[in-house]
Amino acid sequence: MDFGLIIDSWPALMRGAVMTLTLTAIAVPAGLALALPLAVARLSHRLWLRLPSYAVIYVFRGTPLLIQLYLIYYGLGQFNAVLKSWGVWWFFRNELYCALLVLSLNTGAYTAEIFRGAISGVPSGFIEAAQASGMSWFTRLRRIVLPSAFRLAWPAYTNEVVFLMQATSLVSLITVIELFRVTKTMADRTFDIYTMYITTGLIYLMISYGIILLFGLIEAYLMRHMPLAPNARKTINQRALAVLMR
Amino acid sequence: MGVSRSVDAQVPAVELRGLHKLFGPLHVLKGIDMTAHKGDVVSIIGSSGSGKSTLLRCINLLEVPDEGEVIVGGETIGMAKGRGGARAPSDMKQVNRIRTSLGMVFQNFNLWSHMTVLENIIEAPVHVLGKPKAEMKALAHELLGKVGIAEKADHFPAQLSGGQQQRAAIARALAMQPDVLLFDEPTSALDPELVGEVLRVIQALAEEGRTMIMVTHEMSFAREVSSKVLFLHEGLIEEQGTPEHVFGTPESERCRQFLATNF
Repeated sequence: MDFGLIIDSWPALMRGAVMTLTLTAIAVPAGLALALPLAVARLSHRLWLRLPSYAVIYVFRGTPLLIQLYLIYYGLGQFNAVLKSWGVWWFFRNELYCALLVLSLNTGAYTAEIFRGAISGVPSGFIEAAQASGMSWFTRLRRIVLPSAFRLAWPAYTNEVVFLMQATSLVSLITVIELFRVTKTMADRTFDIYTMYITTGLIYLMISYGIILLFGLIEAYLMRHMPLAPNARKTINQRALAVLMR
Repeated sequence: MGVSRSVDAQVPAVELRGLHKLFGPLHVLKGIDMTAHKGDVVSIIGSSGSGKSTLLRCINLLEVPDEGEVIVGGETIGMAKGRGGARAPSDMKQVNRIRTSLGMVFQNFNLWSHMTVLENIIEAPVHVLGKPKAEMKALAHELLGKVGIAEKADHFPAQLSGGQQQRAAIARALAMQPDVLLFDEPTSALDPELVGEVLRVIQALAEEGRTMIMVTHEMSFAREVSSKVLFLHEGLIEEQGTPEHVFGTPESERCRQFLATNF
């Protein structure tokens, strides 16, 4: 390990890490916003809602993220005349916008499947109680079904967010300068593969841990209605939450 | 909307006419006529599979009857042929409005687990009826006092015993200030030693003159609090009348047999 190289490349690595975090911080909420309607539509008894949702989820889960990135960024570039006439070329010629679009759609499709399962798992008694009190379909969804589904989905959703953060390294291949791209540039220049990739691996590890910590705290908050087993010890997250909420 | 909430004693609180319900090939209700007037406490008894719960769930349209009319407070619930020819309510807004006047208490409580007891109680009054939150919180505390769990307002359902959960569920139903209370075997999921505390609350409500329709296996309780008892057998009302009549001098042989094994 060449510590001099780590120190020299640190500012560039940090700029890359900021880009990685930015991509994650935008694609995760955008994907979630996309996933909720997709999941609800996927569970609809109306075919015209269920079918398009199924198709979107199937396509974005069924193909590699890298192919999606190439098709949208390089592929659509071939039709720039058409895109110009539609007035959307400014969007598709920007590698960052394309990266964000594809990452959001991709994580949206996976997240939709996570939430589809969670919504199906909401106890029918909760829904009947809501129906019996006169709640409309939308009020039920907003007040009862989604809050319950979020709690059921959270552990799996945490996984998806960590995975998405790591998957952002692929957008380096459509020329977005993020953590992996910075590392690769430095490694190629210095031939010090170990120093660069171990350092960057550790940075990814720290970001992952940050996400897991944050999502674990949120989970402890969401699940505070569940009593502990009589002699169970509180988890670290539950203890941290107790300190934060004091 | 005002027309439906008539206090006119002539208008039955709940009326069912010629109700049929099928689950696939299974004919669960085979033509039920029933009337509950204001202030009535109607108990529905019968062996399991006789259609008691289905009948109760037809009143607030948790089950959609395949034939017949449901009339609540003089207002007939509109029905139409839905998708695939199955019968469905023609106007869900009407159904939801009528449901707000029918409080329901379930066998398994069905409290929303992610909300505190207080939040459970104010949820529908605030988000369905649009009542002010502060006012409903005050009402919730009052109702919790009435069902004897005033100190549990900020607990989550999972932190309560079954009997406490069911009493919270009763408070939740009362918070809507319903015209009629529907009880679907409210003590069947409880440990024997917790049944009494829930029955006492229900009895107090009966004594207030509330209109109630309940499915129950508690025969002596039904005999004590009901103004009217229906014995259901294989989807038909086999025997009905005052508790004295149904429990004392039933005409139906099946009803006698049922009482002999269940009383």
